[in-house]
Amino acid sequence: MDPDRRQFLRGAASAIATTAAAVAAPVNEARAFGPREPKTLPPNAVGMLYDSTLCVGCKACVTACKEANDKPPEQPAALAAWNQGTWDTAEDISGKTLNVIRVYQDGAMTQKDREEDGYAFVKRHCLHCVDPSCISVCPVSAMRKDPETGIVTHNPDACIGCRYCVYGCPFNVPQYQFDEPFGQIAKCQFCNHLQAKGQLPACCDVCPTGASLFGLVADLQAEAERRLAQKPGAVYEFPRGQLGGDRSGHEAPIGEYQPHVYGEKESGGTQVRYLTGVPHEKLGLPVLPDHAYSAVSEGMQHTLYKGMIAPLALLGGLVVLARRNAKAYHDEDPTRTDDEEDSR
Amino acid sequence: MNAANLESRIPNPALENHQPLGGRIVTKPFMILGVLVLIGGYFILRRFLFGMGDVSHMSNGFPIGTWVVLDVVIGTAFGCGGFAMALLVYILNRNAYHPLIRPALLGGVFGYTLAGLAVMIDLGRYWNAFNLLLPWYAQTNSVIFEVALCVMAYVTVLWIEFWPAFLERMPPAFKKRFHLHKMQIFLRRYMYVFIALGVLLPTMHQSSLGSVLLIMGSKLSPLWYTTWLPLLFLISALAMGYGVVMLESTLVQRAFKLPSEAALLTRLSRVGAGLLTLFLVVRIGDLLARGQLGLAFAFDRYSILFLIETTLFAAPVLILASKRRCANTRLRFLATISLLAAGSLYRMNGYLLAIDPGNGWIYFPSAPELLITVGVVGLEIMLYLIFIKTLPVLLLPGRIAEAAGRPS
Repeated sequence: MDPDRRQFLRGAASAIATTAAAVAAPVNEARAFGPREPKTLPPNAVGMLYDSTLCVGCKACVTACKEANDKPPEQPAALAAWNQGTWDTAEDISGKTLNVIRVYQDGAMTQKDREEDGYAFVKRHCLHCVDPSCISVCPVSAMRKDPETGIVTHNPDACIGCRYCVYGCPFNVPQYQFDEPFGQIAKCQFCNHLQAKGQLPACCDVCPTGASLFGLVADLQAEAERRLAQKPGAVYEFPRGQLGGDRSGHEAPIGEYQPHVYGEKESGGTQVRYLTGVPHEKLGLPVLPDHAYSAVSEGMQHTLYKGMIAPLALLGGLVVLARRNAKAYHDEDPTRTDDEEDSR
Repeated sequence: MNAANLESRIPNPALENHQPLGGRIVTKPFMILGVLVLIGGYFILRRFLFGMGDVSHMSNGFPIGTWVVLDVVIGTAFGCGGFAMALLVYILNRNAYHPLIRPALLGGVFGYTLAGLAVMIDLGRYWNAFNLLLPWYAQTNSVIFEVALCVMAYVTVLWIEFWPAFLERMPPAFKKRFHLHKMQIFLRRYMYVFIALGVLLPTMHQSSLGSVLLIMGSKLSPLWYTTWLPLLFLISALAMGYGVVMLESTLVQRAFKLPSEAALLTRLSRVGAGLLTLFLVVRIGDLLARGQLGLAFAFDRYSILFLIETTLFAAPVLILASKRRCANTRLRFLATISLLAAGSLYRMNGYLLAIDPGNGWIYFPSAPELLITVGVVGLEIMLYLIFIKTLPVLLLPGRIAEAAGRPS
């Protein structure tokens, strides 16, 4: 074996040993590279129950949202012909629309809340995840979750506009204003500013049927389960505005629900619950696992960068090797200079 | 070819050294690149005046477009030449490859610096970019935070590693005037620290560029979504680093009629082939372990992308498997192109093409969006040409350096 090769092998061996040492420490821990522990619902988590079977598609919530959050009406070019700028026709949430009612249509659309030949409404806005992806990916803490209410807020003064919250959100909620030279991220903050004054979020406040219902998440979940337990068609007293509030409710027959409370477990759970007559995936509410992807990604980072032990150990090994090898070839050190003598 | 032969190929530093290539700066290719840069500059101006929507097809379904994917994710992998060569020369002690290091480093300097420029074009609220460095805004769970800080640190390290090339070129009187010789001595003594950092930092952020995709979950096809993403991104980045060195060396040698470094490149190409083999083992093994290999043969959009990508990864391995083919310049060049295309497509698939955000969103870049990317890459090549002609980057035999002034 020639000396060069021997030296190479020795170098390679120490490099491998260094790497192994760097990786071994964290790997020995249980569930290395596994997802980190799931997060739990904040103690006084507030949320919303949206009952698609109660929604009549009046879009009062869309208008109220625009007024409460100072957002302009939208007129997509495709709908300009029959709109002429008179009213808001936002098709989906956007940089100017934080909340929107969308419609599901199939075939002859003869019956509401039926999958075939039917139609149904669905509301789209932030679901205020228990373990939000947007917070996990944000490099500058512009997205925050209130430790008490669990509301996910956005701080444009911190935001650098990298749009990874838009990219990573499983519900495609945060929206960047691409048409503005100084655009910002727009997302529903559950009318945080109104709640601070003791008011309801604008959409729940104006909803005439109680399809958007404000309340504590735990109470809303119980209410959703109560509705699911009823026989379809049975008369039920639906509350309006706030669950347990002082407003009068209204009586209506119970809808033919899908046997699933959407938002309870999706993506590690959210603070918004959906009851729908049409399977949720048809309404644009994606099928998601019970864990948050943020737990997967953070589990990986926490394993690799735990206490910066692995990177520092690796750096230590690299410094030792680089020092020895750069010295061994001193003549060809990259810092070697032709005019070293005269610079002294 | 054995190591002893390689050693004999090493030029004697007393006779040969890093030298400026010389020659005219403003040549025809340089002018063409300049026009591309001006066109890109025009659209960059529009982006800042009228917003990103004016020039780009990015949307809230595809908020990440070619500026991030081509200029940053793929661009920094192309900038991994310095990383890959430093690992080979200084960590694995293969000094035979030393002549390739400084040009590789220069490629890294521009690949990474201009990725930073592309990020500033892409950031929607660029005036807040400094928040990344303010500790009270730091969000250490964020993979992007790790990438951002790590890339910033590495750009600094790259310029420090390259700095001796400037120092060598400065007149001694100038150096004396500003006490730069002290800096020279300092750098000479402690360069090994920067070399070590120059290996550690890309290891961190190139793997993190894979971890970034872990948040995508079901938006990313299971053919790409795996917890092995960081390792796959790291291996392919290293392979692309060697690929870039081979590409650059071959092109520069052709363009400026320099003596061939074929012996070195033959050896280097086998290192690249080894890494590609490792990549394929992990990639296919992971698909088998997760039971998703069947998706590869569904012959839908994702399956076809996967098959093209895997073919591009496997082709260089097959070409370079035989020593005879390995020594053939043309085949080796073909393998290099295939390697770089494979790594690029893998990144493009993971970040864009294999993503389905739902709701019928689709993305195809607009012409101005692509022209900005072309402008940034053009600027990179222009600066590279200026630098190799004016600074001691390439290891030249004495006679060629004397022939400076020859039009290229």
